Amino acid sequence: MKKILLTNLRFLIGVVISASLLKPTDAAAHLVTTGMGPVYDGIGHLLLTPEDLVPAVAMALYAGLRGRAPGRRALFFFPLAWLIGGFIGLAADTMPVFPVSAFSFLLVGILIAADLRLPDNAFTVLAVAVGIMHGFFNGIALKAGPAGLGLLGIMSALFVLVALVSAFVVSLKPPWARIVVRVAGSWVAAMGLLMIGWFFRGQA
Amino acid sequence: MKKHGRHMALLMFFLALMVYLVWVPSAQAHVEQGQAAGFVTGLEHPWSGLDHVLAMIAVGLWGAQLGNPAMWVLPITFPMVMSLGAMMGLLGIPLPGIEVGIAVSAILLGAMVLGEVKPKLLIAAIMVGFFAIFHGHAHGTELPAGQSGLLYSMGFVIATGVLHGIGILIGLIHRWPAGKLVLRGAGAFIAAMGFFFLWQAVA
Repeated sequence: MKKILLTNLRFLIGVVISASLLKPTDAAAHLVTTGMGPVYDGIGHLLLTPEDLVPAVAMALYAGLRGRAPGRRALFFFPLAWLIGGFIGLAADTMPVFPVSAFSFLLVGILIAADLRLPDNAFTVLAVAVGIMHGFFNGIALKAGPAGLGLLGIMSALFVLVALVSAFVVSLKPPWARIVVRVAGSWVAAMGLLMIGWFFRGQA
Repeated sequence: MKKHGRHMALLMFFLALMVYLVWVPSAQAHVEQGQAAGFVTGLEHPWSGLDHVLAMIAVGLWGAQLGNPAMWVLPITFPMVMSLGAMMGLLGIPLPGIEVGIAVSAILLGAMVLGEVKPKLLIAAIMVGFFAIFHGHAHGTELPAGQSGLLYSMGFVIATGVLHGIGILIGLIHRWPAGKLVLRGAGAFIAAMGFFFLWQAVA
């Protein structure tokens, strides 16, 4: 009897948490002010901007699929490139009109879905390129707000994110688990294609 | 000891829930209207059309009948090609007979499940991909004004993937003889509904 009650209670808790998480609220994509200082504002910006968060997670998934060594490379090069791109963005004046981030969705998504094995150096170039590009956009966006400290926050968050996600994927042993990761990659690529379409439609 | 652990876990659950519920939402520099709504709209949209729902589930059912690797290749193929179809729609590239194509997808995918047809993986992927273009063209472009295109797309793609997943999960009953029969029955139902959609499309 007690066991049944406990199970029901757990189920109820699960339902309450799921319902509260699914409750739609406004998401802030730009210049999040957490009230905890510029570093946290930067972290908030990353976590609430799907244009940046999804490719970052995708990059970590791909690094994890490739194994330990590429995972370690991504862990250091990707956040560092993001920071460098961010500082370049802070010095830049104009934001490119075309949603370049759509290409990182598409490219990294296809690489994950197809489970393509890039040579180590090519993988590093990819991580640096994606990092610099997204960092550049962040730099422009954060110029009026948390600026450099915000970028440092983003870099720290990326380091943790890449470490956790890629390590998790590396640890996946059953073949079906890796396929689930590839399915997620196909979704990211699909989003990239749609982003390009929305841009031309004028509703990006 | 185990009991104590359970109680601690429950306590932690409640604490996490309380913290989440009383957490003061972050102040925002400016409010972006329609962001979350775009995601929810995208998430809901695939469920709103029975034709889309049945075809997605049929892909999962068929994949489960075909076994590995088709079970995973088909649900990877569908969202990617579907997005290509949606992109065509967004770019204004017309596609004739969209509703007919969607209806035929339900008929053929249902028939494949009904007959437990096992073609080569490439042929199955091409077939699924071909019909995905129609589904993407029809449903991927229906974003309400003022909502985020990216978040709508995310919701739409995720919901489609979930529908495939449901199809695959149901399809796992294929390992039992009675389950095989049930699956074939489901295929017959989907094909019959496809004929109904076709009749609606051409009437």
